[in-house]
Amino acid sequence: MQKKNTTDLTVSLQDAAVQLDSRIIWDNANVNVEQGEFVAVVGPNGSGKSTLLRVLLGLQYLSKGHVKVLGETPHRGNKLIGYVPQRRTFEPDMPIRGRDLVMMGLEGLRWGFALPGPGQHRQQKLVNEILQSVEALKYADRPIGQLSGGEQQRFILAQALIGKPRLLLLDEPLANLDLRNQIAIPQLVAKLASADSTTVLLVTHDINPLLPVVDKVIYIAKGNMVIGKPEQVITTETLSRLYEAPVEVVRDSNGRLFVVGLEQEVAHPHEH
Amino acid sequence: MGVYYLMAMMNPVNSLKNLIPNATIRGTGFSWNLVVDVLAQFQYAFMQHAYAAGIIVAVVAGIVGYFVVLRSLSFAGHALSHIGFAGATGAVALGVNPVYGLLVFTVGAAMGMGFMGKRIYGRDVVIGIVLAWTLGLGVLFLSLYTGYATEAYALLFGEILGISQADVVVTLIAGVVTLIAMAIMFRPLLFASVDGDVAEARGVPVRLLSILFMVVLAISVSEAVQVVGVLLIFALLVTPPAIAERLTAHPIKAIGLSVLLAILFTCIGLFISFYLPYPVSFFITTLAFITYLAVRLWAYVRQRFIKLTSEAV
Repeated sequence: MQKKNTTDLTVSLQDAAVQLDSRIIWDNANVNVEQGEFVAVVGPNGSGKSTLLRVLLGLQYLSKGHVKVLGETPHRGNKLIGYVPQRRTFEPDMPIRGRDLVMMGLEGLRWGFALPGPGQHRQQKLVNEILQSVEALKYADRPIGQLSGGEQQRFILAQALIGKPRLLLLDEPLANLDLRNQIAIPQLVAKLASADSTTVLLVTHDINPLLPVVDKVIYIAKGNMVIGKPEQVITTETLSRLYEAPVEVVRDSNGRLFVVGLEQEVAHPHEH
Repeated sequence: MGVYYLMAMMNPVNSLKNLIPNATIRGTGFSWNLVVDVLAQFQYAFMQHAYAAGIIVAVVAGIVGYFVVLRSLSFAGHALSHIGFAGATGAVALGVNPVYGLLVFTVGAAMGMGFMGKRIYGRDVVIGIVLAWTLGLGVLFLSLYTGYATEAYALLFGEILGISQADVVVTLIAGVVTLIAMAIMFRPLLFASVDGDVAEARGVPVRLLSILFMVVLAISVSEAVQVVGVLLIFALLVTPPAIAERLTAHPIKAIGLSVLLAILFTCIGLFISFYLPYPVSFFITTLAFITYLAVRLWAYVRQRFIKLTSEAV
């Protein structure tokens, strides 16, 4: 392990463990993520991927070890963190426009209501700029519930990005997306994040759409957690050690990775 | 004028036929000249009070109702009014102004609901169980009260024509308080209502807002009970915002439209009731219902039309 200056680290976990009731979710986690890295968080259902994000958001405490986010102990309401929780989609009759959702990312925390004026005009300009960059401007005035999953995801992303976060936490943003958007959304995230050198942690159950854009992978299984470059982590040796069982990583003719030799949900990355 | 209040208080059906036994002879029949008609109605203090209280309640209900529909709280709002009924009848049995009983019970229940939060499993079942019990309490209090059934009738179906000047002032104060509270909470409440998980992670005090909003809702329900009564609260608190939210996804426009519709239903209902011997509540609820039907029908036809034209292309 080479020595790193901890101030450059966006996320740092040392011998960290989380326990919910009597169950240990993961233990002995040692993870360092540097500023500007794009990290995919992968692992089977229930392995504690979302728990990791909750720890970084200050919504879940460690039972052991230390955690630092952007040089501080995690705390709720950190304005330097953009967060997209796991969800399905907005209800079809949700009477809110996409641009309203994005505006909430900018001023949803302020008390009172917005008065028309130059200040409000500036805010709307910022909203339009970010909507332009996520390519969602042309349906920004339609009710958000009536848009497709991929279109809704663009507004959700814009909302998380408009506050110029240093760290972006995305929980399963690719679930319920069609194949085209499963490729397009990670590329969009990578493009926007690298422009501001924002660090990204993206939880997913399928690493394949992300392989072209990720710098590192955090793989969680059986209470163990490793981090490294995809080609170092997603290997037969590493994953067998992680799962504490013999597994095999196979590569198909398109370069897609599959983990075989485990129960159904892990063997088929598309399984929900 | 005092006699009108007295008659309104004693009148089990709050229609004008008992307030002004012979409207036409008094020269207040419908004339097609709306200005003259409105001026004629305004000769009567009870009509002035009814319009004033009705408009205040409509403005509050239109704004608060927007969030009721957005947060899927219509059942909670309905339940609050019924729980308030027990408080009001309890106050009557004790010889206290029913508004105080109404406020105590609705605010208490609202804080309980607020503490339960938005996501607790089976919340509606819990609310329903409490609601059934408090209605039972209400029946008990009614039986303890040996006076007329008039009070119960007024609470259940509204008593807008019996509103005194003092009631108007109380309604105005409660209305201003709720509007100030809504103005302060507006942006974080909208965030928490639309996108609760993100709002919470970003540091919006979601639980506190949930409790505060329920208290505001309780006060609004208590006000609206005066106009449409416990059973008909939906007509002012849910129908106008539900119509508005079907017509626009722009939050400010939706709230404005909701307020406008609530005012229109109330005022047109009052206006008509001046000439026809039926309860005001009937006209208000019917106007709200017909408008809702029309909007849904229009949306359906428009969708079919768009489908047909896109198929033709």
